[in-house]
Amino acid sequence: MTAYIIRRLLLVPVLLFGVTVLIFGMLQFLTPVERSALYVRDIPKTEKALDGIIKRYGLDQPMYVQYWRWLVGKEDQVTGKRVGGILFGDFGYSRVGSEPVINLIKRRFPNTLDLTLWAVLPVILVGIWLGVQCAVHQDTLIDQAGRIFSIVGASFPTFVFGLLVLMIFYANLGWFPPGRLSDWAVIVVASPGFNNYTSLITIDALLNARIDVFWDAMRHMILPILTLAYLNWAVFLRVTRSSMLETLRQEYITTARSKGLRENDVVQKHARPNAMITVVTLAGFTVVGLMGGVVITETVFDYPGIGKAAADAAAQMDVVTVLGFALFNGMILIVANLVVDIIYAVIDPRVRLS
Amino acid sequence: MENITLEKPIPIGESKLQGETVTLRKIGRVERVLGPDNYRVLKGMFKTPASIFGFILIALFVLIAIFAPLIAPPVNPNDPFKIPRDGFKSDPQPMMSPWNRNAPPLPFWWGIMPTDDWVHVLGTSQGQYDVFYGIVWGTRTAFKTGTVVVLATLLIGILVGSVSSFYGGRVDNVIMRIVDVFLTLPFILAALIMAAVLTPRIGRTLVPAMLALITFGWMGYSRIIRGDILTVKERDYVMAARVVGVKDRRILFRHILPNAIFPTIVLASLAIGDVVLSFAALSFLGIGTEVGFADWGQLLSFARNWIISLDEYWYIIVWPGLVLTMFVMGWNLVGDALRDVLDPRMRGKT
Repeated sequence: MTAYIIRRLLLVPVLLFGVTVLIFGMLQFLTPVERSALYVRDIPKTEKALDGIIKRYGLDQPMYVQYWRWLVGKEDQVTGKRVGGILFGDFGYSRVGSEPVINLIKRRFPNTLDLTLWAVLPVILVGIWLGVQCAVHQDTLIDQAGRIFSIVGASFPTFVFGLLVLMIFYANLGWFPPGRLSDWAVIVVASPGFNNYTSLITIDALLNARIDVFWDAMRHMILPILTLAYLNWAVFLRVTRSSMLETLRQEYITTARSKGLRENDVVQKHARPNAMITVVTLAGFTVVGLMGGVVITETVFDYPGIGKAAADAAAQMDVVTVLGFALFNGMILIVANLVVDIIYAVIDPRVRLS
Repeated sequence: MENITLEKPIPIGESKLQGETVTLRKIGRVERVLGPDNYRVLKGMFKTPASIFGFILIALFVLIAIFAPLIAPPVNPNDPFKIPRDGFKSDPQPMMSPWNRNAPPLPFWWGIMPTDDWVHVLGTSQGQYDVFYGIVWGTRTAFKTGTVVVLATLLIGILVGSVSSFYGGRVDNVIMRIVDVFLTLPFILAALIMAAVLTPRIGRTLVPAMLALITFGWMGYSRIIRGDILTVKERDYVMAARVVGVKDRRILFRHILPNAIFPTIVLASLAIGDVVLSFAALSFLGIGTEVGFADWGQLLSFARNWIISLDEYWYIIVWPGLVLTMFVMGWNLVGDALRDVLDPRMRGKT
C-alpha cells in the first residue's frame, strides 16, 4: 500500500512538469508582444517601449530561460517586487477582463464549486441507481429502455440539449432563467448586511437566513444541473450496468443465492458493494471534471463559472488568460486524480498489488 | 471453434480430424482475408437492430453529403460552403418564408413542394442565413473534418503506441508519461486553447479547430494499439521472425502491426461521430470557421443570441440540433454494438 502511494506520488511532479511544459509550449505560438501580457497590464503603444518590455522580461531569450522566468518570476529592478511566476500564483494579465488572471479565477471559481456541490449527488446517485436497475433486470423492457436512454444521452450534444431545455423551461414556460442571480438578488448579496462566509452563494444565503436568495440561486442552477445530470447518467448507467452484470455472474453470488438469501439481499448486500469499485473511480473523475469547470454547459446557460470565463477568453483570443485557466485546471486535476487513485487503491486491493 | 480451410471442398458439419472432433463450416472470402477474429468483429457490428439502424443513419448522411449540390444547389458553385443569405435582417425568419434576393436555382425535388418559388424551407437564422442550405452542406463539412481528424489522430496514435509497446522498458515509460500529460487537461478545454492559439496565425478556417482536435485526440488510440501489440508480440511467429534475424522495423510493421491493428481502425472509424461533435462544440463556443460557413456548430451558435425568444424561433435550434444528434447517434449505435463484440469477455461467442 505505502509502496503504491509513493509510486503514485512520484508521478505528481512529473505530471506537473509535463503540463507546465505543454502550456508553455502553446504560449510559444504567440509573438513576444502578445506574451508580454504575462508580465504587464497594457500592451505598450510605441515601438521603443515595446522593445524595452521585450528586453526587460527577456521575451527574446532562449526557451529554457523564458520557461524558468515564467515558472518562478523575477524581481523587478525598479520596484523590487517579483513579477510573474506561476508557482507564486501570478498567471499574468487578462486583456479582456483587464485584471490579473488569478483574480478572475478567484472570483469565478466559487460559482463553479457551487454548481458542482449541487450537481454531484443527483448525477452520481441517480446514475448508479439506473445502472443497477438495468443490470438486475437484464434483457427485460427496463434494460432496453435504459440502453436507449444511455445511447440517446451519449449522442445528445451538451449544447443542443442545453439550448432545448432553455427553449422549453425559459423561453416557453419562463420558469428557470439562465445566468447566476436575478438583479434584486445581486443587490442583496452585494449589500453590507449580507456576510460572505464561503463565497458560495447558496451556502452564504442559507447562513444569512435568506431563503429567497437561496431559491433564486437554485432557480438559476436547475437547468445546468439537469443538463449535467442527463448527460452523465448515460455514462454512469453504462459503467454501473456492466460492472454489476460482471459481479452478478461470479460464484460467490451463486453461493449467496444457494444459501437461500432473498434476491434483494443478494443484490444490495453482496453484489452492489463489489460492483461499486469501478464506479467509484468514475464518480471521482466526474467530480473532478465538474470542479474544473464545465466549459460548454456553463457557456450555454451563461453561468459565470471558470468554464465560461475560459470560453469567453478563448473566443476573444485572449490566450494568456485561457492558458492561465488551463494551468489552474491542470493543477486541480493532477491533485484530484491522485486522491481518486489512492481511494481506489484503498478499496480495491488488486490495484495496489499489481 | 477452429476454422480449417482445405484445398478440396469438404462436407459442412462435424468431422473427425486426427482423432479430434472439429466443426467445419463454409468460410467466405471476406473471412479468409480478414481472419477469424476480425471477421467476428465485422459480423457483430451488423447483428443488432440498433446497429443496423445506425448504419442506415450513416448511409443517409453519406448520401446527403454526396448529393449536396443536387439537394441544395449553390448560388455560387465555386464557393458552395458559403451559406446564401437573403438580406441582412438580424432576426430569424420563419419556415417557408419566401426568398427575396439571391435565390439559388431550384433543386430537382421541388416538384413535390406546394410553391413554385424557392422558399426558406427550414427558415433562416440570424443574418438571414438559410438553415436548410446550412444543414445540407454542413454534412460535407462534418464528413470532411471527421475523416481528416480521425485519420490524423489514428496515424499519430498508431505510431506512438507501436513504438512505445515494441521497444518497451524506458522508452515505453517515457512515452506513456507524455500520454498522461496530454490526458491531464479536459479534452474540450485543451482543444479550445489550442484553437484559440492557432486561429490568429492561420485565420478563421476549419484548420485551427481540426489541428486542435488532432493535437489532443490521439492518446486513446496509442493506448489501445499498445495493449494489442503487447499481446501479439508474445506470439510464436514473432519469436520465429526474431530467431531468423529479421530487423526490428520489419518485424514491427510486417508481422506485428497488421495483426494488431484491426480493432483500433474500426474503433477509430466510428469516432467520426465524436469528432464532429467536438468540432461543433468548438464552433459553438465561437472558435471555428468564419461567419456564414456551412457548419452545424455555427448554425447552433447563432441560437445563443436568441435564447429569450426561442419559443418563437424554435426552428433555428431544433433542426440543426436534430441533424447533429442523429449524425452522432448513427455512429454511436454502431459503436455500441462494436464495444460488445470487442469486449474480451465476449470472445468465443459468435
